[in-house]
Amino acid sequence: MEKGKLQEYWMTNLKYLIGLLVVWFIVSYGFGILLAEPLNAIRLGGFKLGFWFAQQGSIYVFVVLIFVYVGLMNSLDKKYEVHED
Amino acid sequence: MDVQAWTYLIVGITFALYIGIAIWSRAGSTKEFYVAGAGVPPLANGMATAADWMSAASFISMAGLISFMGYDGSIYLMGWTGGYVLLALLLAPYLRKFGKFTVPDFVGDRYYSNAARTVAVICAIFVSFTYVAGQMRGVGVVFSRFLEVPINVGILIGMGIVFFYAVLGGMKGITYTQVAQYCVLIFAYMVPAIFIALQMTGTPIPQIGFGSEVVDGSGYILDKLDGLHEQLGFAAYTDGSKPMIDVFFITFALMVGTAGLPHVIVRFFTVPKVRDARVSAGWALVFIALLYTTAPAVATFARYNLINTVSDTQYSELPSWFKTWEGTGLIAWADKNEDGAVQYVNGKAFAGKPAFTDGTGAQGQRLISNELTDNENELYIDRDIMVLANPEIAELPAWVIALVAAGGLAAALSTAAGLLLVISTSVAHDLIKKQFNPDISEKSEVTIARISVAVAIMIAGYFGINPPGFVAQVVAFAFGLAASSFFPVIILGIFYKRMNKEGAIAGMLAGIIFTAAYIIYFKFVNPAANVSENWLFGISPEGIGTLGMLINFAVSLVVSKITPAPPEDIQELVDSLRYPKGAGEASAH
Repeated sequence: MEKGKLQEYWMTNLKYLIGLLVVWFIVSYGFGILLAEPLNAIRLGGFKLGFWFAQQGSIYVFVVLIFVYVGLMNSLDKKYEVHED
Repeated sequence: MDVQAWTYLIVGITFALYIGIAIWSRAGSTKEFYVAGAGVPPLANGMATAADWMSAASFISMAGLISFMGYDGSIYLMGWTGGYVLLALLLAPYLRKFGKFTVPDFVGDRYYSNAARTVAVICAIFVSFTYVAGQMRGVGVVFSRFLEVPINVGILIGMGIVFFYAVLGGMKGITYTQVAQYCVLIFAYMVPAIFIALQMTGTPIPQIGFGSEVVDGSGYILDKLDGLHEQLGFAAYTDGSKPMIDVFFITFALMVGTAGLPHVIVRFFTVPKVRDARVSAGWALVFIALLYTTAPAVATFARYNLINTVSDTQYSELPSWFKTWEGTGLIAWADKNEDGAVQYVNGKAFAGKPAFTDGTGAQGQRLISNELTDNENELYIDRDIMVLANPEIAELPAWVIALVAAGGLAAALSTAAGLLLVISTSVAHDLIKKQFNPDISEKSEVTIARISVAVAIMIAGYFGINPPGFVAQVVAFAFGLAASSFFPVIILGIFYKRMNKEGAIAGMLAGIIFTAAYIIYFKFVNPAANVSENWLFGISPEGIGTLGMLINFAVSLVVSKITPAPPEDIQELVDSLRYPKGAGEASAH
């Protein structure tokens, strides 16, 4: 495959990475640490929201992020025909 | 059957299982010994990674730590899971595409330098040894409590088991044993958690239970716990007391450290394809998250139960677990006001660890010779006992308690085996094959690898018997070092083509020397100065790896800018890492 196409593949990959890492940062460092105190004013059943993000929510989001990336990359690999058989 | 009979039975069955798997999955070639023939299905690899990852610290100590730290305990929860996002997105697929055996392999080839390889080997061995010592200690603690053998005998038994399947099976044996160990440890963790969640909140799912009301309907459990804490003078459970910058830096160091740990990274060399490496990181996190989302619930339940059981209770009326753990020296009570009841409030009952005398007090408690502090707290509890004692505190059946012992052993042994393999690979492959004797035959390389596993087990056992510090403290050390050494050179190696060997070596050295010096100073040279006023920007030794990592990045980038670009073929190598297939054609253009 030509170099331009591969460059395009790599750029799309980087775009995905940045997007997902922004979410990664916001749920853990944002909601779980920096904004934990204001968020604690909101309640989720017996949980204060900031506390919940720090001890539960961020972990769930981490799992989702990886599977979203797997899905995105699998179709990107196919589109640019760089997937392994 | 009593607890001890159950423990012998369950631990015996699981050990027989591990040995059986080891015999079935013997390794013949170096590829099988180092990376399990790169033929592990992603789901199995995810499970093995989870077991490899979740150490004695995760299983035994973590919920206990959170139980005493409350919100501050989130550093471990987020720190030890968030790294998998970095692994899946930034490291695993590219390292799998690279297709060699070890992290020093990558560093050595990418930076076309045996010096860089050597620095990486030293970092890998150092990180792995600090980490493995804690595992052996964990094995000893479990054995001594549940099988009533001395800690050192327990360590020797643990060494024997690991010896058997690591020497025989290499990575292949370890991988399939770890799959079994994951099943044992997660079952052992979930069963008591579900029991206790049902008992306390009427919900079988612990993750939901600790946000629910207690069964008598008197309020949400977290609110009640905050209330109890306030009453006894502790900081509110859901607020914590660490400064925000420290929480931030520790969490970051743990995340990046996770992604830089050689025994975790090497697991992604064992799957067949690049896309398998991505998805197996996902599976690993699913399996890890199961325990990591349960742990804070266990912590909350244990804390609530503990306070309700011991606070202002007469010593003579305390349940039997209290006395059992007092017998092992992990609980101590000094009746300061001589009222015969346990006062448990904020503050240390006495300085340091309890030093027991032979005598017993008026209530039959073990006496200690420590100088007492003048606050009202009378109770010393070692954080490590919370998970192990939890089933007893909640009065669960004997087989559940035995199961927890087997789970703790599975967690410690699986991590120890993974680390020992990294050490042996570093010696046999990265040092002997790549540096001293490239013509070595495959057969003798495997033999050398086996011998180095054996030697590594002896050394690890020695550190287990003569531990350099607390389990969790030692592990935190390993993370800081991994974060400040490997992570930046690997990331830059993949994402920055211009990165060269001068930058990598300078960066790794700067990062690890800075981090190690800071930790050694505050932990070993001058522990008295280890208070927040003396810390750089208020960052504790646990969080300093983050700063070490930033220094590594900065030094790497600056040095590589002012030194020559890497050769053409290295830039092509970087290109080839970025595409799962077809990179060879691309670089020909």
